[in-house]
Order: sequence, then C-alpha cells, then structure tokens
Amino acid sequence: MTDTEPPSDEQLVDLARNGDDGAFSELVKRYNRRILRVARNITNNAEDSEDVLQETFLKAYTHLDRFEGHSKFYTWLVRIAMNEALMKLRKRKTGKVVSLDEELSTGDDTVTREIAVWDGNPEDQFSQHELRELLDQTVSSLPDGFRTVFILRDVEELSTEETADMLGLSIPAVKSRLLRARLQLREKLTRVFKKKGENAFAFL
Amino acid sequence: MPSCKDFLRELSDYLDECLDPSTRQELDRHVQECPSCWVVLDTTKRTLKIYKGCEPQAVPTDLEDRLMAALQKRMAEKKSPS
Repeated sequence: MTDTEPPSDEQLVDLARNGDDGAFSELVKRYNRRILRVARNITNNAEDSEDVLQETFLKAYTHLDRFEGHSKFYTWLVRIAMNEALMKLRKRKTGKVVSLDEELSTGDDTVTREIAVWDGNPEDQFSQHELRELLDQTVSSLPDGFRTVFILRDVEELSTEETADMLGLSIPAVKSRLLRARLQLREKLTRVFKKKGENAFAFL
Repeated sequence: MPSCKDFLRELSDYLDECLDPSTRQELDRHVQECPSCWVVLDTTKRTLKIYKGCEPQAVPTDLEDRLMAALQKRMAEKKSPS
C-alpha cells in the first residue's frame, strides 16, 4: 500500500476491531449511500429506510466480531440491511403476508409487449436526478419478491448464490424472479424511452 | 433452432454469460435472425446498464448527522459499559 491509496475495507475492519472507531466511521462514510439505497428500494418507505440505515450500521458496529471475512464486508452489511428492511416491510403489511419464498405468479409474465428500440441514450437525455427518480419509481412498482431479487443481483451485484442464501430462496427461484423482474423493468422503461411511433413487432 | 420463447426463457442466463457454449451459439444465431429478440436483448441490456450506472443519492446531511450521533453514543457505551 502506498501513502496515496485509501485503506481497503479489510484493513479498516481490522483497525475497527482493534478499537479504532475512526476506521469504522470511514466504513460508514464509504457505504452509507449504498445502504440507504438498498433500504429505500426494499422498504419503499422513506421513514423505514432511515431506520434501516441507522440499525444496519449500529448492528454492524456492535457485532463486528461476527464478521468472519468469508464474504466481502459490503455483502455482510447488505445482509444486515436486508434483514432489517424485510422486517419493516412485513410490519407495514401486517395482514398481508409478504412471502419471498413461494412462487409469485402462475401466469406467463415473460410476455413482451413493448418491442421498440430506444430513442438515443437516456443517460444523455435526462439528468442524473431525473433518471434516478424514474428508475426508483419503476423498480418500486415491481412485486416485493421480484424487486428484492433484482436489487440484490443487478443493483448491488451480489451473486445468484448469495442472493438465494440471503432471501432463503432456491437458485432456480432466484433466476426465475430475476428474469421476470428484468423483463418487467425493460417493458416499463421502453414505454418511456422508445422512439415515438415505434412498436414494430407486436408479437411473442 | 430455438424459438423466441426459448430465447426469452434463457435471456437472463444469456446476459449473465452462464450458458453452455452450444446453447449460447444457438441463441446467438437466433438473435441475429430475429429482429424482435434483438430489440428485447438490446433494451434489456440497456435497462441493466442504466440501473448499474445510476449513482446512489447522497445521504441527506441531517440523516447522516443523526446516524453519526447514534453511532458515537454506541461507541461510547462500548468503551465504558455502565
């Protein structure tokens, strides 16, 4: 390590375990945005996501000894955040069971209706802020079981195995939900981004 | 030759590059010849790209302050348990 390189997560974790609270604060600064995004995307509720953010880092600090280093530190944080967020989600939906471990749909929701090319690059046409709002809104419209899988796999970039393990799902269930989530998002975003007057091939 | 439905069913594994080479080759051929599946593939790729590329929003200052205050309290408790 040279003087200019920032310390790795592992180095900061080691320092924090040896009582260096500044090192833990550095980890908080490094990941608080991403944990807040996970919390928002899973709970779909601003107040709950703030609680999840706080609880995640307090629990991580308190139980730092339990982090065994088999996974990345960030994956461990996401696991804590997911547990907290799913608890909040279940509480909000008392009466309605939020089940992440049963089949969500028997219908054929891999049907694609919007088959149109996009009009240029959305990244060039929308500000980061506008794009973020649109993406958040779109992902929040997915069913809970699809949304959680999509967030872990495609936004937080966890592996299929890590996602399955975290959500208590089988690997085929993760894959099937991910496919449906991706296709539903594609469908919804195409409605926004497609070239005017395009819906060239309405079959499949 | 796989059908469009076969292509859609395998789309995730195709994107994640976890198909065996012969299935991949068949799907490659399908997508070259089927404009609809080409569009679905392209727009799904772009969907994932904008999600992955979207930077998370900064934590609002007041929320970050509350988080750091709660953490400092916990740190102090750990150092001098009453």
